Amino acid sequence: MFSYLVKRIFQSILVMLAVSLISFLLFAFVGDPISNLVGQDTTIEEREAMREALGLNDPFYVQFLHFVGGAVQGDFGQSWFWKKPVAGLIASRLPVTLELVFVSAVLAMVLGMLLGVITAIHRRHWAAKLLLTVSLVGVSLPTFLIGIGLIYLFSVILGWLPSFGRGETADLGFVSTSLLTVDGWAHLIMPAVTLSLFQMTLVLRLVRTEMLETLQTDFIKFARARGLGRRSVYYRHALRNTLVPVITIAGLNIGILVAFSIITETVFQYPGVGLMFLKAVSLVDIPVMSAYLMLVALIFVTINFIVDVLYFVVDPRLRTQTG
Amino acid sequence: MRLVAVKEQSRIRVFLDSDLVHNFKQSPVAILATLMTLACFIVAAFAPVLAPHCVEPVCLDLMDGLTPPAWADYGTPQYPLGTDEQGRDILSSIFYAARVSLIVGFAAVAFAMVLGVGLGVIAGYFGGLVDAVIMRLADMQLTFPSILVALLIAGVVRSILTDLTDRGVLSGIAFEDVAVFVLIVAIGLSDWPRFARVARGATMVELNKGYVAAARVLGLPARRIMLRHVLPNLMGPVLVIATLGLALAIIAEATLSFLGVGVPPTNPSLGTLINIGNQYLFSGEWWITFFPALALVVLVLSVNVIGDWLRDALNPRLQR
Repeated sequence: MFSYLVKRIFQSILVMLAVSLISFLLFAFVGDPISNLVGQDTTIEEREAMREALGLNDPFYVQFLHFVGGAVQGDFGQSWFWKKPVAGLIASRLPVTLELVFVSAVLAMVLGMLLGVITAIHRRHWAAKLLLTVSLVGVSLPTFLIGIGLIYLFSVILGWLPSFGRGETADLGFVSTSLLTVDGWAHLIMPAVTLSLFQMTLVLRLVRTEMLETLQTDFIKFARARGLGRRSVYYRHALRNTLVPVITIAGLNIGILVAFSIITETVFQYPGVGLMFLKAVSLVDIPVMSAYLMLVALIFVTINFIVDVLYFVVDPRLRTQTG
Repeated sequence: MRLVAVKEQSRIRVFLDSDLVHNFKQSPVAILATLMTLACFIVAAFAPVLAPHCVEPVCLDLMDGLTPPAWADYGTPQYPLGTDEQGRDILSSIFYAARVSLIVGFAAVAFAMVLGVGLGVIAGYFGGLVDAVIMRLADMQLTFPSILVALLIAGVVRSILTDLTDRGVLSGIAFEDVAVFVLIVAIGLSDWPRFARVARGATMVELNKGYVAAARVLGLPARRIMLRHVLPNLMGPVLVIATLGLALAIIAEATLSFLGVGVPPTNPSLGTLINIGNQYLFSGEWWITFFPALALVVLVLSVNVIGDWLRDALNPRLQR
């Protein structure tokens, strides 16, 4: 177990180093930081002094160490467009993305499991078959098309829901949330549904398959023979046994939600980090871009590491093998 | 000379009598999907001939702008699916856009396939350190979803190009010309690990078979064994991945173009058309987005169905 974890940590550090090197190269060689920070009327001497002060004349490896050191402390420099520290920008926008991802994940798990159980119990019902077919089509549709479709239906035709932005938020002091206001939920629900559909389908199909298998086993037959109620058999016995694979798969796929949140945020103009990155790309705001790259790498490395550890906790067979 | 001809003919015969073709004839869904895909290919390939209208800016009539589809109020049969704000015929735009989407999709998959299968076969054949380095690299990339990798590469390269253009380094090269290549490389690079994994696994299976041992005993060089003996035997699984990969690549292209880091509007793809049309959704001009989106969905679904069918048909475990 220990050697395996050390190996994984080593690999994670390698990924982070590779990504920070790319970020640094971007930072160091693309665009001119000086002319993006000062006005037109700054003299060449002043610029040169600033270049020296910012350490831009240092050797390559010194600059890289400086960059990594700053990044570890959360210092990513100034945004060229917003003229603010990048760390502050990320701190204000990351909770928005995480909130969206969290609500989508919960939605996908709850609805996916519910529909999965129902389609497994009533597997010969026409509605269950229809749901399965529709879900298959839904998986192969691009996310942004689903978002556009929802906007057209609920915002343009019906006029029920707002189509862009975050709306009114409740301020919790250090962070703001849409979860405590009606307007916030109205803005959140369509992006969250769009983002969760893919994951929901996955959970649905997985739960259904596992349920069908579990319902054939002896202990379910025994539970039925004992005269337990249908609800108890299905939910307390059968569903509980499907949870381990479902949670593992869902955990692994949190990363997919993070990745696809960029698309959802763009479709709904939802002000998270993904939208910020795409704006930074179109504005050539290099500090924001390089900080975003490292942020994404950190998120994914963390998720993968946690899932790896969870595998160990959940599956005792892995513990006996050597790394 | 005659012998060769007879042999070629019999090969076609063998193919037509194979289980694969028999299986295909039994599957109406696969036949339908193939017909749809072929229709898309033909429309894309012969877009200049088949498109009812010219889509170049010079031949547009602004007076025809925002015409609804022919069956709606104010629609004319001249523009069956309506026009965009500049008076461009939507049907013709879709023909040309399908062309761009398919070119990018095929090129990206080809790039990913050559890179991934090449590295996978090398890893499987040599094993040891080479294998470890290549497959660790693949594993590391696989921790990130491929669409994210493609998006990040396309975004970073785009801003580098913009910067170079601003500095005047790239004078004379239009950004629009490079954009499609950037997209192909970005999507291709994002998808190589899947090919590498399959190719490596299949190569290691093939290496244990007698014919490879025979080839080694004959003293053939490693390169020849890999290219002429192992590679042809990987084509089944690789073909399945490539077909499903084509659908993914077309979706990736459309997504990146929709996000504004893909194909520029000067020579739009289906994703670019949807992006442009999206701005008109609120004023009620739904057809500018809807028909390109429909074309995209039909294309992606058809390719996906073929890929799924191929996977099942080539999987010996599923055959009775």
